[in-house]
Amino acid sequence: MEKSDKKIRTPLFHIAKREAMPWYFGVIVRAVAVVAALIVAGVLVAVLTGKNPIQVYATMFDGVFGHSDRIWNMGQKVAILLGISLAVTPAFKMKFWNCGAEGQVIIGGLATICVMVFLGGKIPTPLLLVIMLVASVLAGVIWAVIPAVFKALFNTNETLFTLMMNYVAIHLVAYFLKLVAKDGSGVLSPLPQYGLPVIADKAFLLNILIVAAVTVAIYIYLKSSKQGYEISVVGESENTAKYIGINVKKVIIRTLVVSGAICGLMGLLIVGGTDHTINTAVVGGRGFTAIMVSWLAKFNPLVMVLTSFLIVFLEVGSDQLNTMFGISSSIADILTGIILFFIIGCEFFLRYKIVPNKNRKENA
Amino acid sequence: MKKILAILLAAVMLFGLTACGGTEDVTLGMSDSPLAAPTITPDYEVPEDFKVGFICLHDEKSTYDKNFLNAVDTIKKALKLKDEQVLTKINVPETNDCYEAAKDLVTQGCDIIFANSFGHEDFMIKAAREFTDVQFCHATGTKAHTEGLANYHNAFASIYEGRYLAGVVAGLKLNEMIEEKKITASEAKIGYVGAFTYAEVISGYTSFYLGAKSVCPSATMSVQFTGSWYDPTAEKSAAEALIADKCVLISQHADSMGAPSACENAGVPNVSYNGSTYESCPETFLVSSAINWAPYYNYMIRCVVKGEAIAADWCGGIEEGSVVLSGINQDAAAEGTVDAIKKAIADLKAGTVKVFDTKNFAVKGAALTTYTADVDTDAAFTPDTEAIKDGAFEESVHRSAPYFDVRIDGITLVNEKF
Repeated sequence: MEKSDKKIRTPLFHIAKREAMPWYFGVIVRAVAVVAALIVAGVLVAVLTGKNPIQVYATMFDGVFGHSDRIWNMGQKVAILLGISLAVTPAFKMKFWNCGAEGQVIIGGLATICVMVFLGGKIPTPLLLVIMLVASVLAGVIWAVIPAVFKALFNTNETLFTLMMNYVAIHLVAYFLKLVAKDGSGVLSPLPQYGLPVIADKAFLLNILIVAAVTVAIYIYLKSSKQGYEISVVGESENTAKYIGINVKKVIIRTLVVSGAICGLMGLLIVGGTDHTINTAVVGGRGFTAIMVSWLAKFNPLVMVLTSFLIVFLEVGSDQLNTMFGISSSIADILTGIILFFIIGCEFFLRYKIVPNKNRKENA
Repeated sequence: MKKILAILLAAVMLFGLTACGGTEDVTLGMSDSPLAAPTITPDYEVPEDFKVGFICLHDEKSTYDKNFLNAVDTIKKALKLKDEQVLTKINVPETNDCYEAAKDLVTQGCDIIFANSFGHEDFMIKAAREFTDVQFCHATGTKAHTEGLANYHNAFASIYEGRYLAGVVAGLKLNEMIEEKKITASEAKIGYVGAFTYAEVISGYTSFYLGAKSVCPSATMSVQFTGSWYDPTAEKSAAEALIADKCVLISQHADSMGAPSACENAGVPNVSYNGSTYESCPETFLVSSAINWAPYYNYMIRCVVKGEAIAADWCGGIEEGSVVLSGINQDAAAEGTVDAIKKAIADLKAGTVKVFDTKNFAVKGAALTTYTADVDTDAAFTPDTEAIKDGAFEESVHRSAPYFDVRIDGITLVNEKF
């Protein structure tokens, strides 16, 4: 009798889906996650490096906000990351896994620098700026639409396709540098005279304003427009979309045009607005970081302002840690990893709850 | 519970296996360095409020940047600088971020700002124009002597001498292979992994080749370019391609562990750059030449502290301690290498041997009697300065960064696309 009892084992708890919950619950859980992450990361840093965790966080904060230049710099970094995240969002909402933002941005940048190098000084500046804008957006669109057409017509795997397009774009940039930097150094001197205009003497203001406008536009596009609704329906279920008469192929291609156009625009802002030159690292992996920014915000453009700020804060803050304390960049990466782990992990507790099995003892 | 125990046991066994993997051969190990970094003894006192800032392209994972960061540590100790007097910014790309980093270092009160990558140059110049009371020093750049800014300076080292010496080590190893009948004299082919077809790289592999040729006259060389200063995968596959193409010894001018680890896997001797890779490649590492940046750091800080002007171009050599060699791996290098290198160093110091002596190389079968090098950077990259003087190519004389870009006989460029 005892033996058979032993066989019926009940776990300590089971997991159940959460019912609807009040709005503030989500805020509290996320806040708890952030605090817990900061504590765990702080303890780890203290153990590994012997630094006081409060001092560590104060230094990170100082690195991001300590000076007006630093705040502008942070604003610029948030703007570019946010812009690229906005670009991938419509595609992701449609469950089109666009991993090609890196390439779409850099090809937009390449188009910009080509116009600057080959037409700069030969045509009036306003016309030059218009051509830069058109060329960069068009290049981004072409780079995004090629995989979209293949997906729509032949159902190819868009993840691999867009990834491969990144390599092509990056190597086109390397080839371009080989052509223009005749000394073989692979470095092109910046051409600030052909860059985008500077507003109010603030180098990054134009970029920030443009991205702010794009953020609002994408928010309205996804939330209130018919096309935005079609994107959600295709994302939820292609069959439903077909059943209610949505042309799925058209939606896929049209959405990737939007994605690519914004990526191209970001290429313009990076190359034409900030660097005035190009190299293969100008996007610096932000095309991939943008995917995380977009997912963390659950594809909500306004929340993305926060999530891209979080990523930039961690990145800039850990650079400052390195400068001030000589903490290795690997430890800074670990810190970032822990914080992101907690924030992503808390989503589980928002969707499910853990229910203790009350009748466990009676069973035993 | 059982599962956890099983995993633990497996882990323990795995560790046990690797621990037993070590051989018990007697190893000679590394020799002392024949050209070691000198100790820096400052003849000046650095004020309490002095600050210096360093900008690095990557972090300590790149051998190129590690070399700069090590010199920062050296100078910090030698000058007894406090932590807050030395500010380092790593992973600064060759974009406007470099200008922002320099500006931030100015805000933090730095008196000198040093950047280490070629692509940083234009952004450093931008900062130098804006902050005229701060000194900006830049390694590997080419524009200081034409830019005419009082606070912007370039620095380099006559690393071609170091590479020449490393080449001698390689040549002796080739001779040993020929003597042991592992290869014939005509099979003494060196493989070289370069970044770009840029003067710094061309000067580097040519001086290395000339060093090898000075002891092994039948040596030839194949060069593969990767099109990137730091790309572990590309460097590794380039080295593997060279080994497959019957190169019996490999060297590289690129910043990752790609080529050395490919050599260790294939058992092919490797001459490294920017520091010893002996730790990870004990079987195949021969020697490494490197630029030691501490003498320049010492020079620029001394100038600022004493209120003297920093030279627009500064090129340190063997005498200044800017060119150094690692120890020689006596398990891999040929016998007698250490003594031969000591003699070669003495010859270079005395000036009896010149690396780019026109007697020692030919271009399309003929000796080089005149050559116009591109020393002053302009948009069209026009050659402007006669570089041959007294039967030798004058490297790093007209400016600190190398400008030797002659394609000499005996060296084959496998892919010139970069």
